[in-house]
Amino acid sequence: MIAERLAEFLSFSDPILLSVTLGVVLLSSTSAIVGTFTFLRKQALVGDAVAHSVLPGICLAFIIGESKNPIYLIIGAFITGWLSINLIHKITKTTRLKEDTAIALVLSVFFGVGIVLLTYIQHSGIPGHSGLDHILFGQAAAITRSDVHVFGMVSILLITSVLLFYKELKTTAFDSDFARSAGMKVSFADLMLTTLTVLAVVTGIQAVGVVLVAAMLITPPAAARYWTHDLPLMIILSAIFGAVSGFMGTLASYVLPNMPTGPWIIVTITGIAFFSFIFAPGKGVLFRLYHQFKVRRRMLTENVLKDMYMAGEKRGNHNNAFTLPEIAAHRRMHKEKLQSGLNKLYLDRFLKKDENGWHFTISGLNKARRLVKIHRLWETYLTRYVGIAPDHVHDDAEAIEHYITPELEKKLTDELDRPEKDPHESEIPYD
Amino acid sequence: MIIHVDQPVVEVHDLTVTYERRPVLWDIDFTLPGGILAGIIGPNGAGKTTLIKAAMDLVVPGSGFVRLFGKSLKEVRSKVSYVPQRRTVDWDFPASVYDVILMGTYPSLGLFRYPRKAEKELALDALRKVELEDFKNRQISQLSGGQQQRVFLARALTQNADLFFMDEPFAGVDAATEKTIIKVLQELTSHGKTVVVVHHDLQSVAKYFDWTIMIHSRLIASGPTSQVFTPELVEKTYGGKLDLLTEVAHLLQTEKLPPRED
Repeated sequence: MIAERLAEFLSFSDPILLSVTLGVVLLSSTSAIVGTFTFLRKQALVGDAVAHSVLPGICLAFIIGESKNPIYLIIGAFITGWLSINLIHKITKTTRLKEDTAIALVLSVFFGVGIVLLTYIQHSGIPGHSGLDHILFGQAAAITRSDVHVFGMVSILLITSVLLFYKELKTTAFDSDFARSAGMKVSFADLMLTTLTVLAVVTGIQAVGVVLVAAMLITPPAAARYWTHDLPLMIILSAIFGAVSGFMGTLASYVLPNMPTGPWIIVTITGIAFFSFIFAPGKGVLFRLYHQFKVRRRMLTENVLKDMYMAGEKRGNHNNAFTLPEIAAHRRMHKEKLQSGLNKLYLDRFLKKDENGWHFTISGLNKARRLVKIHRLWETYLTRYVGIAPDHVHDDAEAIEHYITPELEKKLTDELDRPEKDPHESEIPYD
Repeated sequence: MIIHVDQPVVEVHDLTVTYERRPVLWDIDFTLPGGILAGIIGPNGAGKTTLIKAAMDLVVPGSGFVRLFGKSLKEVRSKVSYVPQRRTVDWDFPASVYDVILMGTYPSLGLFRYPRKAEKELALDALRKVELEDFKNRQISQLSGGQQQRVFLARALTQNADLFFMDEPFAGVDAATEKTIIKVLQELTSHGKTVVVVHHDLQSVAKYFDWTIMIHSRLIASGPTSQVFTPELVEKTYGGKLDLLTEVAHLLQTEKLPPRED
């Protein structure tokens, strides 16, 4: 049954289905494009406030026009949506209230009035009122071919505006003081973004409704930000994520029985965002965990090498085998941890092992000597130049030694004039 | 001590700025000659940033005006460049070093036009001047404070201005960056350009600036550094008893009185 519906959906033989899908994909990708700038301006909450504030506009338009003609409704929505944004800015600018308070105020007042009007309409007996409550959660299935034409035009308008004013939108989003000081049209860019946001919200309502439409603006760019540092690429990715979730939403509502489109769009885009959050290279959680793991492991192995070297110093040679207690004598370390460090060093061929214990390989010994050298040089530097007491420098050096590059090492040696001994009178080993 | 000049490049006339009715700047009045490197110094909260923001029309003065090259900012905007404090922007913005520097060319392009070869070369040139060639494609969030400051300076350079206002370009930068920046600024003044810098480090004032402006809500001194940067005036700027002024300012704020009768 489901497979059949799926095949039917993917064949797009039903023209109504085709226009619905096209409409939703168009809507969700354009709001994602506009949303990128809303996101970068840190105006995500403003987007949500606008979304809720279009409700009274739609209801008023219906009461006055007595019709569900999308053009009327869009105009009504546009007026109150736009009003709400400007009200938020006005409150933030002229009163002592902060932006978050202004947003909360405007959002709840407008939405409250909207709900009152909606309830009034439902009990008023104005003909044709049924279905108007779908603006709360959207009803993609009701999208008609003429709606798609309207969406298409709005989409083209939005995308052209973003392309034409890309420079202004970008500069204002990054550094509005600079943009204003240089005479760029900042107020115009602001007005532009406000208008684009309202337009995107107003059209997006058809698909996902007042309550969820802000997610269509903000979630795609939030997900895209994880994958790239490049603004144009981020916009494209955001649009793709939007389009994919629009498509999946329509597909799910068609294929699965009794499933709503709007919430499915939001579920999909949230899934994409979640995936990005975990798996994106560089910024994703997994990548960071892996990086942390690598740093920890490096510190562990380097510490083991150093301890072995110092154990060797104590007994006067580095060539014979080291026993476990000998290595462990230097610091408190869990047995398993020490063992895993040793195993890693063995795999990297910095150490060999036989029945007597562990041996350095040539490169292992070099590495260990270098670490001890850096540790002691850094201790010397701290006491000599930074003026820290000799008995306080050990922990600092313990952390820093893992990060010193060969260039810094050379500088350090030159600056200190190749000292023989560290502050604790231990010899500094040079090659 | 306030030394005025004829035909000033910067003229600040009786400037008073209030913030939520609290006066931040009182009656600031000074003139600057062209081709100099000038430092604005004063303690925290003295109104240094507000002063250059007022010069750039970013804050609206309660009274008074600023004229640049004898004209209003609007008429000479393309000849003036402003470098905000580094910390005022979010460096996690998706852009590379080169992207940000190229932004400096945007204002001169106007609407609908995008950088071509000429603008790109301007940006590359600025990149070289601040010694960031190796960082051209680096994402800006991965830069050190000093490198970020150099990016801002390079962006200003691409504006081809004759007058620069810079807010704390030496704050929180490493020694190498400080050296690079001062070299670039001195090169600018040697070409007859004028640079006005908000500065906080008294140690380097005498070494860096031809002209020093000292403020602490009101103007304490303005003139060639050799004449005005004296222990007495520094003491007056930083240690001076301004309790009365602060008290009056507070009164104006709480009593909702205007700082000027109009």
